[in-house]
Amino acid sequence: HIILLLVFQGKFTLLRDTRTDGSFLVHHFLSFYLRAGCKVCFVALLQSFSHYNIVAQKLGVSLTAAKERGQLIFLEGLKSCLDLLFGEEEQSGQPSPLQFLSEGASDLKALFDFVRTSLTPAGSDSWKGPVLLVDDLSVLLSLGAVPVAVLDFIHYCRVVVCSQLKGNIVVLVHSNEDSEDEENELVVNSLCHHSDLILWVEGLATGFCKDVHGQIKIIKRVSLELTAEKDLVQVYQYKIQDKNVTFFARGLSAAVL
Amino acid sequence: MPPAIGPLSPGRSSGTPAEATPRTLRPGPATLTCLLATGHLSPCPARVARDVQTTRPPIGQLVSPAALPLVERKGLDSSRRPLAAVSRQPAEMAAASAAGGAARGRGATSFQRKAAAGSRLAAVAGTRPSVRHGQLLLSSGLPSLDCVLGGGIAVGTLLLIEEDKYGLYSNLLFKYFLAEGVVCGHELFVASAKEHPDNILKELPAPLLDDTYRNELGEEGTAVKSEDFQDSMKIAWRYQNLPKMEASPTSTKFGHYYDVSKTMPPELFQSINWHSFYLPEELSLQPKMKTCNMNSAYARLLQSIQRIICQEGFDGSDPQKKQKNILRIGIQSLGSMLWGDDICSSDTPEDIHSLTKFLYVLRALLRKSLSACIITVPAHLIQNKAIMERVTNLSDMVVGLESFIGSERETNPLYKDYHGLVHVHQIPRLNSLICDVSDTKDLAFRLKRKLFTIERLHLPPDLSDTVSRTSKQDLAESAKLLSSGCGAMAIGKKHLDF
Repeated sequence: HIILLLVFQGKFTLLRDTRTDGSFLVHHFLSFYLRAGCKVCFVALLQSFSHYNIVAQKLGVSLTAAKERGQLIFLEGLKSCLDLLFGEEEQSGQPSPLQFLSEGASDLKALFDFVRTSLTPAGSDSWKGPVLLVDDLSVLLSLGAVPVAVLDFIHYCRVVVCSQLKGNIVVLVHSNEDSEDEENELVVNSLCHHSDLILWVEGLATGFCKDVHGQIKIIKRVSLELTAEKDLVQVYQYKIQDKNVTFFARGLSAAVL
Repeated sequence: MPPAIGPLSPGRSSGTPAEATPRTLRPGPATLTCLLATGHLSPCPARVARDVQTTRPPIGQLVSPAALPLVERKGLDSSRRPLAAVSRQPAEMAAASAAGGAARGRGATSFQRKAAAGSRLAAVAGTRPSVRHGQLLLSSGLPSLDCVLGGGIAVGTLLLIEEDKYGLYSNLLFKYFLAEGVVCGHELFVASAKEHPDNILKELPAPLLDDTYRNELGEEGTAVKSEDFQDSMKIAWRYQNLPKMEASPTSTKFGHYYDVSKTMPPELFQSINWHSFYLPEELSLQPKMKTCNMNSAYARLLQSIQRIICQEGFDGSDPQKKQKNILRIGIQSLGSMLWGDDICSSDTPEDIHSLTKFLYVLRALLRKSLSACIITVPAHLIQNKAIMERVTNLSDMVVGLESFIGSERETNPLYKDYHGLVHVHQIPRLNSLICDVSDTKDLAFRLKRKLFTIERLHLPPDLSDTVSRTSKQDLAESAKLLSSGCGAMAIGKKHLDF
């Protein structure tokens, strides 16, 4: 794990799913970075804390323990949305990270400030590099943020987390080839161009299969390093089980071997 | 016995450097970390694939009839697994302890259940814990739909029904959900902009008690038998007795059958607490919450739901309350013009975010309380498909109904026994990496005289010699739309003809 982290610093990983659910990758990265000793800021917009906690326990990590020792800063989008809309006025004076919901403010500055304050190392921290994990970015568009605001937010996060703090960012987005959601496609295409690593999870072209749940394309954006090389693309298929996910070469699933 | 090599070799010879491995060193399944670190599959010690023996014979070999019952029996078990009738006594104890475990591990709420004596009574009426993810499950009122959804509707989740063209069958599902709430003693919250909730509740179907149900089924069964006598299977006789996705009604308290031709007797309502939200009445009152640029009707509805959840203690804010109950929320025709939203009437609606914001806040409210919600949306009227994609992403379960009324499929011989198709677009993964997706993707529904059921769609055999080319084309077109998969796992993009 340590070797992987030393090589892989200051990188932006994009998790992309098409016609299937790629959230298993989010769970994997969450438990991976926590086990490696990184400080993680998890912006969880779509599910509750206990959902991630239960899955993480199956993968061998306790999120409550990580939160208590300060390794994990968890933004539960659903809860802070309720506090914003139905709660009383803030006493602490700090704006809610989801401020853009209530005022129709067109930028995600409050969310960015939240990320920045959580990942900026305090004096007593002994964690290895910071990591920002977002699940998922397409929800911000559904909540009224314009695509430019979302891209600005990601850009600011990259500046702070990847360049200044030498950390990593992992973001999940949904996309579809024949999708009519143009705003979403705009955001996804733009992020694809800027990512260092893309994990693209797709359903099988032939339809549903019990033994092979989909295929994953790992695209290492070597072309970004300006050495005139093409991107490295690898394709594997996977099967999701209760406590882990197994990957295998195409056509070599356990059911046919 | 080596498996057939033909179809596999193109897959093998592409991509990775690992394909040059000799026969003895077969690459096993790898973890994602391995893949990202090394960039190719290395034989990992965990789980070597060659230990797995499949019972599937090589391609081209005849399958002996003796092999069939084994496969079939497995199919039966898996389709009945969610509602397995375990013997009563251990089931109760298991349910109670699982409910205790479920309460601790429940993803939907943040309850901390106090381990008090007599904790066996803490199980809520009309629910049962799921074995997969420890959530409490509710019945949707239609046991065949429960099968499709992986056992039931989990507490804290949202079931979205995409309405059929005239809203007939989606209305039925809506009423089944509420009727199930009445029979189980749950609290109801009914919201509508079209009909007054009092009238909706007056038209709920009547529950069938166990013995009357068996009589019904017996009648229907004998009627069907006399018609289908000529159709009794000669070749595939072992499939004659396969259940058509209907779960047997066990007499435990999960899942009931309803008679659509009768309305629910009013005495069943007496002990039920229910709340209503009828938009024309609510519009005259002043809104009290920040609307956050949402459509004011949606804002009021959210405020009303939140008020009920807080007041009645569904979010655990009232620890004195010993008897926990479930709140069933039903919202009819959300997104239609009557709610003040123009996404159904215009190509470029003014505010495309109201509905999705509403769903997000509703999701937040559901997750933190003991409630479940059913919403029907007239999806066929929404011109901007981007909105439906976003709505699907924000809901937990999405089921679309497509009725054959007025369409060319009404006369299509493929569908002569059915009234419409059921498309399951999404099943949630709750507290786990996997979800309970059912194996059958081709589902159809039919409304018999008294019962509404969702069944596996069977294509009739194409035996006629005189079928002309054009009608064969039509049949092929209709068949192409089937088996296109379910959004939970994968959707195939092209129809491959094997």
